[in-house]
Amino acid sequence: MSELTLTVMRLGFLAVLWLFVIMTMQVIRSDLFGTRVTQRTARRAEAQRPPQPRQAPQQAARGGRQRRGAPTKLVVTEGSLTGTTVALQGQTITLGRAHDSTIVLDDDYASSRHARIYPDRDGQWIVEDLGSTNGTYLDRTRLTTPTPIPPGAPIRIGKTVIELRK
Amino acid sequence: MSTSHATGNTGSNTTISPGGLPSRRNTELAMLVFAVLIPVFAYANVGLAVNGEMPAGMLGYGLGLGLMAGVAHLVVRRFAPYADPLMLPIATLLNGLGLVLIWRLDQSERLALRGEGAAAPNQLMWSALGIALFLAVLVFLKDHRILQRYTYISMVVALVLLILPMFFPAVYGAKIWITIGGMSIQPGEFAKIIIAVFFAGYLMVKRDALALASRRFLGLYLPRGRDLGPILVIWALSVLILVFETDLGTSLLFFGLFVVMLYVATERTSWILFGLTLAVVGAVAVASFEPHVQSRVQDWLDPFHTVRETGDVNQPAAAMWAFGSGGILGAGLGQGHSDLIGFAAKSDYIFATVGEELGLTGVMAILLLYGLLVERGIRTALAARDPFGKLLAVGLSAAFAIQVFVVAGGVMALIPLTGMTMPFMAQGGSSVIANWALVAILLKISDTARRPAPAPAPSPDVEMTQVVRS
Repeated sequence: MSELTLTVMRLGFLAVLWLFVIMTMQVIRSDLFGTRVTQRTARRAEAQRPPQPRQAPQQAARGGRQRRGAPTKLVVTEGSLTGTTVALQGQTITLGRAHDSTIVLDDDYASSRHARIYPDRDGQWIVEDLGSTNGTYLDRTRLTTPTPIPPGAPIRIGKTVIELRK
Repeated sequence: MSTSHATGNTGSNTTISPGGLPSRRNTELAMLVFAVLIPVFAYANVGLAVNGEMPAGMLGYGLGLGLMAGVAHLVVRRFAPYADPLMLPIATLLNGLGLVLIWRLDQSERLALRGEGAAAPNQLMWSALGIALFLAVLVFLKDHRILQRYTYISMVVALVLLILPMFFPAVYGAKIWITIGGMSIQPGEFAKIIIAVFFAGYLMVKRDALALASRRFLGLYLPRGRDLGPILVIWALSVLILVFETDLGTSLLFFGLFVVMLYVATERTSWILFGLTLAVVGAVAVASFEPHVQSRVQDWLDPFHTVRETGDVNQPAAAMWAFGSGGILGAGLGQGHSDLIGFAAKSDYIFATVGEELGLTGVMAILLLYGLLVERGIRTALAARDPFGKLLAVGLSAAFAIQVFVVAGGVMALIPLTGMTMPFMAQGGSSVIANWALVAILLKISDTARRPAPAPAPSPDVEMTQVVRS
């Protein structure tokens, strides 16, 4: 093998190695400006956009909603835990700042054992406030008794909002 | 009928369809192709330099590496679609380069004369096993939070794995191997992952007590006496490992890992100062009476002392010369003489081969790749939403980083050399397998962390519209 070929290969290999490093940096750079937030607003806009012919039969919508069956997951939609999901499999879900809660809330407005969500015998999911200081809100009403959760209704605890989804 | 349409449409509009989002899987694929081509190039380069012809196994090697990477990529696509796009390519590249370097040292007649058989085929098999474990973790570990349930079981398992080598005979002066049916395993490599799980679970529960219950003294937060318990126990344990297994690397790895995770969990600088003090005290104390450690320290302080005294070249001196003769641009793959290091040239000292044949430029690139892998791990920790995932990602990245530091620093005589393997590159089955599992767990955490937040509640209006449309 000629000396020249080997020299070219030697330098070429180092160049290729560094090219890989530089490409990696490029990927990281494009990753830094997280796409998550913009994506989300974009999607929200899109979700609201599908427009016009929709004001019509509210009835049908309600009917369809009811028949969709039981929710399968709990989704955190606002607060520091945004995006966390927990599968609903018939177990009781506890929320609070206590570290053994199913969802550990890192929120000054939450109590250590704040609320729990559990299915009753019919499979209907119930939310119950566990005597929290700042209260648990279903839609805009503060809970006083265990209350069935209507589909899609936001449950607010401090800065955190959770929902049950199908 | 209308119902099914309604739900279908709702799904596409208000939840996330994987196709439309920057899951970055295509970026990963592109980088992965590149990461497979570079080692193939290196392989050809070595073959041309050593034998003057293209190596015969090149196609097979390239296809094998490509196949493994391809399968790994498809499984990531399926089971961790939002995972970090860089970890898999970087790990593949490092593993591929390691295979080439080991194969290059297999060609050395000097090493063959020493009775060291070909190691590359075995290493390829271990890499395949490592990738198999990587895939298994991705497929079967549905959620990293499941690991949290095994906090204290992990502690027991990790302790057993750490203590086990004490009952096996020392190999090359260190008791870090266990031998089962002719196969030797380094349990410490697996223990580092398991103990990170324990630390993450433990610190998540205890961090408030550790962070808040402290007194302020001279601008430092001093922890309460009883909160010092755990750090003292871990310290005592790592000193015991050092004394009984004479393995500075493992001991440094575990203590360092604990201090890093403690600092991350509590945000208290005092833990770092405290940990460093303890580490120095422990290391100095053990070095003062343990002959194996003493000789390592002497090699570190004066790598050339045997050359001066007896004329024989010992490994640290040979490694220094290898780095020196590499210079800035290196001697070229297959054209160095790092096989003169002799024993352990393919495992502990593989980095000296990088230093000689790729030069400072190559060493920098390789260290940067390790750094980038660690950076992606830390980035994952920042993005993770649950405290356990954060701590686990930090712990695994820290374990990886400390290991690279300990072995690279040891080979370059920055710190006393300890028998640890360069992750992914060095010869050694346990190391490759454990590090692939480590990357798989990090990928799983990053998949959860980078998964886009679910869209806000489907408003009744939107829902209704779709029914009309159908």
